[in-house]
Amino acid sequence: MNNRLLNWFKFASPQSFFPLAGKMIPGFWALAVIFGVAGLYLGFFVAPTDAQQGEGYRIIFLHVPAAWMSMFIYLVMAFWAAIGLIYKTRLSGMMASALAPTGAMFTFLALWTGAFWGKPMWGAWWVWDARLTSELILFFLYIGFIALQAAIDDPRRADKAGAILALVGVVNIPIIYFSVKWWNTLHQGASVSLTKAPSMAQTMLLAMLLCALAFWMYSVAVALMRVRGIILERERNSEWVKQQVTMAAAGR
Amino acid sequence: MVWNSFSDFLAMGGYGLYVWGSVGATALLMMLEPIIIARRNSALTTQLQRQFRAERNQHTQRRSPA
Repeated sequence: MNNRLLNWFKFASPQSFFPLAGKMIPGFWALAVIFGVAGLYLGFFVAPTDAQQGEGYRIIFLHVPAAWMSMFIYLVMAFWAAIGLIYKTRLSGMMASALAPTGAMFTFLALWTGAFWGKPMWGAWWVWDARLTSELILFFLYIGFIALQAAIDDPRRADKAGAILALVGVVNIPIIYFSVKWWNTLHQGASVSLTKAPSMAQTMLLAMLLCALAFWMYSVAVALMRVRGIILERERNSEWVKQQVTMAAAGR
Repeated sequence: MVWNSFSDFLAMGGYGLYVWGSVGATALLMMLEPIIIARRNSALTTQLQRQFRAERNQHTQRRSPA
């Protein structure tokens, strides 16, 4: 085994990841604040009024990033769950558990801001259209994952059960993404896609992308904070946690 | 700048309730989440410190002759 491979695996152990995560958190917070301030400034003070939706369209700067993160976090969560299932690495399951509440929060925000957009634009807070319904199912998947893990006392079995649920639920992500194409939905089509030029003004697009970056950095920071708590909780009987915690007490 | 006055900004061209309802909920949750995690983490650390200290004291008591 060469050196580079060894270094990589070093951080797969909770013991060495705990201090590393602690060092990375402030950096991700700083990036989240910078991108967030820039995105909201552009979105609320520079971006022009929309020709069709007036000022109401500005919800997009929160709604689209929240919806993107709700799907992206699920994919990352399922990825870690799969890695944990295949390689039996302890940290992977902890990462999946750390991501779920933040994913659920962004799913809730996507639904909430969507309702606040739907009411003035469509005249209804909620409709049973394919995009909205599949996003609601995503919310239930997150809640189900969290509830399932909470119901099983043995963390390893909780990780395994959660991982299977997360992996089965992955099928919902392409359904959400392509729902506006596959079905005739009230929800408008994608404003930004990889295959064609975005159908919106440059400043609007830039503001939205900056907000999405801010949400992304926020998610990393918050997930790292949460995973540190999970590591302490699960490794509480190990010698290094004892040293770490006692050292923290002496430093105070 | 697209706004003529602060009240203009608040009104959001008649969409004030919807825009600020979205901003408010997002801001609230995204501020609460890290605060809740930080408090839970520090509570856990304190609890572990107390537990380890108690264990250490038990050991020293056991070792000393009664």
